[in-house]
Amino acid sequence: MAPVLEVRGLRKRFGGVTAVEDAALDLREGELLSIIGPNGAGKTTLFNLVSGLDRPDTGSVRLFGQDVTGAAPERLAGLGLARTFQHGRVFGNLSVLDNVLVGAHARLRAVRPAVPVLGPLLELALAAIRPGGVRAEEAALREDAIRIISLFGERLTPRLDHPAFSLSYANRRRVEIGRALALHPRLLLLDEPTAGMNETETAEMQEVVAGLKRSGLTILLIEHKLEMVMRLSDRVIVMDNGRRIAEGLPQAVRHDPAVIEAYLGHREAGAAREPVP
Amino acid sequence: MGGAWFDYTVNGFVIGNIYALLAVGLALIYGVANLVNFAHGSVYVVGAYVGWAAITYLDTPLPVTLLCVVAVSALVGVGIERIGLRPLHGSSRIAPLLATIGIALVLDQVVQLVFTPDPRAVPMQVPEWRVAVGGGTIGALDLLIAGIGLTSAVVLYGFLRFTKLGWAVRATAQDSDAAQQMGVDVNRVNMAVFAIASALSGVSGVLVGMYYNQISTAMSFEATLKGIVALIIGGLGNVPGAIAGSLILGLTESYGIALFGTSYRNLFAFVLLIAMLVWRPNGLFAARRALPPEPMTGTFIARSRPVVVPRWAVAALVVAAALLPLLGQPYLLQIGANSLMYAMLALSLTLVAGTVGQVSLGHAALLAIGGYASGLLAMDAGWPVALSIPAAGLVTAALGTLLVFPAFRLTGHYVSIATLGIGEIVSLVILNWTGLTRGAIGLGGIPPLEVFGFDLGSVEGTYWLCLAVLVLLALLQLRLLRSHLGRTWRAIRDDPVAARSYGVSGDRYKALAFGFGGFAAGISGAITAHVYSYINHETFGASISILALTMVILGGLGNVAGAVLGATLLIALPEAFRFLAEYRILIYGIVLLLLIRFRPQGLMGTV
Repeated sequence: MAPVLEVRGLRKRFGGVTAVEDAALDLREGELLSIIGPNGAGKTTLFNLVSGLDRPDTGSVRLFGQDVTGAAPERLAGLGLARTFQHGRVFGNLSVLDNVLVGAHARLRAVRPAVPVLGPLLELALAAIRPGGVRAEEAALREDAIRIISLFGERLTPRLDHPAFSLSYANRRRVEIGRALALHPRLLLLDEPTAGMNETETAEMQEVVAGLKRSGLTILLIEHKLEMVMRLSDRVIVMDNGRRIAEGLPQAVRHDPAVIEAYLGHREAGAAREPVP
Repeated sequence: MGGAWFDYTVNGFVIGNIYALLAVGLALIYGVANLVNFAHGSVYVVGAYVGWAAITYLDTPLPVTLLCVVAVSALVGVGIERIGLRPLHGSSRIAPLLATIGIALVLDQVVQLVFTPDPRAVPMQVPEWRVAVGGGTIGALDLLIAGIGLTSAVVLYGFLRFTKLGWAVRATAQDSDAAQQMGVDVNRVNMAVFAIASALSGVSGVLVGMYYNQISTAMSFEATLKGIVALIIGGLGNVPGAIAGSLILGLTESYGIALFGTSYRNLFAFVLLIAMLVWRPNGLFAARRALPPEPMTGTFIARSRPVVVPRWAVAALVVAAALLPLLGQPYLLQIGANSLMYAMLALSLTLVAGTVGQVSLGHAALLAIGGYASGLLAMDAGWPVALSIPAAGLVTAALGTLLVFPAFRLTGHYVSIATLGIGEIVSLVILNWTGLTRGAIGLGGIPPLEVFGFDLGSVEGTYWLCLAVLVLLALLQLRLLRSHLGRTWRAIRDDPVAARSYGVSGDRYKALAFGFGGFAAGISGAITAHVYSYINHETFGASISILALTMVILGGLGNVAGAVLGATLLIALPEAFRFLAEYRILIYGIVLLLLIRFRPQGLMGTV
């Protein structure tokens, strides 16, 4: 069976700076792979390359066996890839529920008939007329969104109608993850899901991610909090200066001299639990 | 022939130099404040009139004239920065852009009130000799303009390169947060940049006055546009690029006139603008295309919770509006019908600018398309009005979407610039496509409103028709907003990158919004055409686009009820205060500025 994600020889330069050099990884179904490394190591750039927000200079990305190098993010979402963003990109003026429902956009079928050329016009007409099928689909998505939101306990459920801008930082991260889950992803990319969270919130989030892993979801995780990485990961990739410097089981990576050096060499950045603005 | 060609080249360079004085300032301002200053042309007009006043009343010699212009224009620039823009620090992303539009309205009106709208002749302060060169001629004024252009460029270069304040300007342009942390007084830098940019703009204004021997308050809009076109050619924020872009624009226009005639001049400029935006949005000289930065703070529109109007209240208001003709006051009904037609336009704009975040500055062009489509269908094809109006809506939906389609990949300021350009192009095409549109003569004798034999040409008939159409359009829009389209559109506005990552194709949903919005605006334009019975290429000008935007902001961006309220207030209130008619636009401008500053979410709240 083809790996869920297969990255080979990926390189990206910005001006003279090499952000990612010769990145390679394999992710198998149901696996949780973590990418760690000091700030500026190229982790988020790698995410952007994999999720289609940026095009690699060279290299290839295969998703579920298909070549998707440089594919548009819309297409990747359709294939079942969902991601969250490092600094949180919720839709500020949308309610919690609407944010999560946008995550389910790629699952809309009844209201988005796959008809060439006339499809958009039909969508407009169906949105205005709302026949039974469309209403049923919307109701089902809504129910599903509420179920997803309830994964975070009572954190978000009482706030379904609150605009996202009124939420705490931690709640915005939760909304973002809820939005990603609403896509019913086959591959989930989490970019620092616990950034800016206190210890209780981090522990809660760790439980949520562990639950997702138990349910069989394939996850690629960027995380600075090593304890969480060690507990959740099947494997860990360590990056520094755009390159992979180590890969292996969590415990093995932890004691790799190259990793220790990368972290000590960047002590300030490596110890990063810096509060995000 | 060779001589004429030489003259066109000289003319192109001179005009290019004048554009450069405008564009360099725009580039500097964009550099430090990340803002396209739509009030730039207004300062240029201020400069022109100050120069005219100094020469006419004080008999100043040329150097003193220029000094006066520099001083007053710089002061205006400082005022714009200090009063208009600095208080908006930290507000929503479109606030400063909208504020410069408000400032432009206010400045233009103040100049018009002080100097009257009549054109003035600026006395020539330069000897009128011309030397023959290579078959053509060069005059003293040509040399003066080239000299001032060149000197300004050299002085500016020296300032940016060798003075401490110049360093601070460059540092702020690179990274204003970092500059601030290193002790740069960013406010002072912004103020200095606005002063310099405005001084250059003012000088440009007085030179144009001398070159064409005429100034008028109407020049401001065109000056802003031309400066922006030159800026886009060179790349936003790129000062040497702005100079090169200005010369390219000047020469293109000059040769364009030589080849095709004067009425195509602006068409060239705007087609060049759109071509640049589509193919090289970062300018001719940009090396790379960077990923747009993540919006970490702030939202596109002001954050608010909209005012919820209970259904029964809306229903009661609609019934009351429907009963208005029973009062038997035709004048009131006329204002009412006018408000309703504007409300349809506002509905369309609040969807496009508010819900989808594409702040269109050329929305009146949709009215023009609708008006011409219905007028021509009724007159030339003999369609009944009851069919030509909805057909015009569909034509406008299709044509409007198609025209804006190239701009879909743009964001923020670029969208506003592109729609402004597209709006002008529509008006110029109407003017020049004589075979279809009758050109400058306009469309006269458009048949009155009539639905399958029922004559609605009366005031009551017009009013009732407008009310019925508006209610239908508003209900339809609300229904769409409550479907998945509503959240999808708003997601694109709040964060297009995140929306794409969840499978939302920006192009498709922007097209749907412009399609529906175009339909509403097209219907509005069509009804207007049948009510006026005469329209021409200037009937639906840029000032209507700005007025519609003011309505939409007043009501609350994206808010359907707000759009109707905003239109009603801005059309009806000035009628109530007729003695203030002269100050009408001034009041619109001030309303816009106060709203942006103190109630950015509008009366009913943004949605």
